[in-house]
Amino acid sequence: MRNFVSDRAREIPPSGIRKFFDLVMTMDDVISLGVGEPDFRTPWNICESGIYSIEQGVTSYTSNRGLQTLRDALSARLASQYQLKYSPDDEMIITTGVSEALDIAVRAIVNPGDEILIAEPSYVSYAPCVTLAGGTPVPVECTEEDHFRLNPDKLLEKITPKTRALIINFPNNPTGAVMKKEDLEPIADILSDKDLLLISDEVYSELTYESSHTAAATVKDLWERTITLNGFSKAYAMTGWRVGFLCAPKDICDAALKIHQYVMLCAPVMGQVGAVEALRSAEDEKTSMVNEYRLRRNMFVAGLNKIGLTCHVPEGAFYAFPSVRGTGLSDVDFAERLLKEQKVAVVPGSVFGRGGDYHLRCAYAVSRKDLSEALTRMETFISGL
Amino acid sequence: MDDKDRELLRILEENSRLSVEEIGSMTNLIPAEIEARIHALEESKIIRKYTTVINWEKAGNAEVSAIIELKVSPERDFGYDRIAERLSRFKEVRTLRLITGTYDLQLMVSGKNMQDVSRFVSEHVAPMDRIRETATHIVMKSYKENGNTLFEQQEAERLPYSF
Repeated sequence: MRNFVSDRAREIPPSGIRKFFDLVMTMDDVISLGVGEPDFRTPWNICESGIYSIEQGVTSYTSNRGLQTLRDALSARLASQYQLKYSPDDEMIITTGVSEALDIAVRAIVNPGDEILIAEPSYVSYAPCVTLAGGTPVPVECTEEDHFRLNPDKLLEKITPKTRALIINFPNNPTGAVMKKEDLEPIADILSDKDLLLISDEVYSELTYESSHTAAATVKDLWERTITLNGFSKAYAMTGWRVGFLCAPKDICDAALKIHQYVMLCAPVMGQVGAVEALRSAEDEKTSMVNEYRLRRNMFVAGLNKIGLTCHVPEGAFYAFPSVRGTGLSDVDFAERLLKEQKVAVVPGSVFGRGGDYHLRCAYAVSRKDLSEALTRMETFISGL
Repeated sequence: MDDKDRELLRILEENSRLSVEEIGSMTNLIPAEIEARIHALEESKIIRKYTTVINWEKAGNAEVSAIIELKVSPERDFGYDRIAERLSRFKEVRTLRLITGTYDLQLMVSGKNMQDVSRFVSEHVAPMDRIRETATHIVMKSYKENGNTLFEQQEAERLPYSF
């Protein structure tokens, strides 16, 4: 029999942590800092609105673009909070999480052979999405010296005549890095000068601890060449509800909508109803979650530096990205031995691409008690090396 | 009173047993400053007391609680204040509030048993001057106290790794 798996599916690398996953499943009493989602429950008013809508029989498809009430509320919120102006009628699509938004954004703009730059370390799905769309992912390394921000000179080096777009994600998973307005301005100049598109995944926009978030599309004249991706998962602890959104100028939005209507039809309706409620009444709960993340970050990052794992202060998201260079171990070896010997699960940084090696992604979206216990175990592990 | 004070209050309200070192690592404040700020908050009576939320039922020493509502004739010059202050001196009265609606004062009262509570109401509260009417509601079960749910909640399942 022939091998029926497509070349493209074969080209995608397997998950970098499969063996960790299998290992952790055989163990008890593991403290996992490997989880990329909030540890809070979804605020109850959001849950209640979802339950009520099901009771009322709101269980059918919505329009492809998403519920009008959600798009109207979202458009108003983006304008008031980030000065982002997107029409709810033709510049916005509600998607099944940011994952789908990313996929349809990439497929809407990539031609076979196009090079798509990806600021790395990055979320693990960007490169595979580009590959699946027939493009070539090209990493641009963000280094520790730059506090994991995208350096304009490094970006310029990677641009070729085949380059079509750049994908960025700030606040960043896995580094927690943030790009402020002044950091984005030189990037905007390059993108305009080289006539490139920007895909900006801003799903951690609500989770910033030192300053408020700058939406990339508000910087200089980036709006006309930016696809903004965002969602409700991280800010409102709604990962399982699967609600994200894509905003872009009309021609790109129309193209993405065609793909969305064929592959997804619409985002789950109860998720969309929950998202409307999130915008309406969950601000206080969101703020108290952000305050709690800030306290944990301060405590955890101070603790990491104290036990000899140097770590820059992440200004956003809920990840610390310490270096293990001083220990003499690679990030993969460190993570594997730490799990086996002290039962603390972290993700090796190299999984996230260029610039991630010799680092660990530690999610501090766990209780302070567990964070403190994890630090104790990590200290024991390091002192035994 | 500034944002840092309010942050300290939020931390202490959730858990007042944290050490100043622990609070310091969370807030990036030095322990001496935290001590000084907490001291000032205590002096100014913004921090009233450090206490513990206990599930006495589980501890085998359940008390009986009741909500008592009172209709009160207010006093010239004092309104409800004097009578409310007098009532609040009883140790049985755990909470006392002036409220809108049919009744004027609402008390949370607790005692060892039902007889205890009813004796307290009939002997000490009802006969007081200016109290025109009382309504007593015995608490049958408590599900949430001061923001803390008292029933067990199942932990949601989380993947050990996700990106």
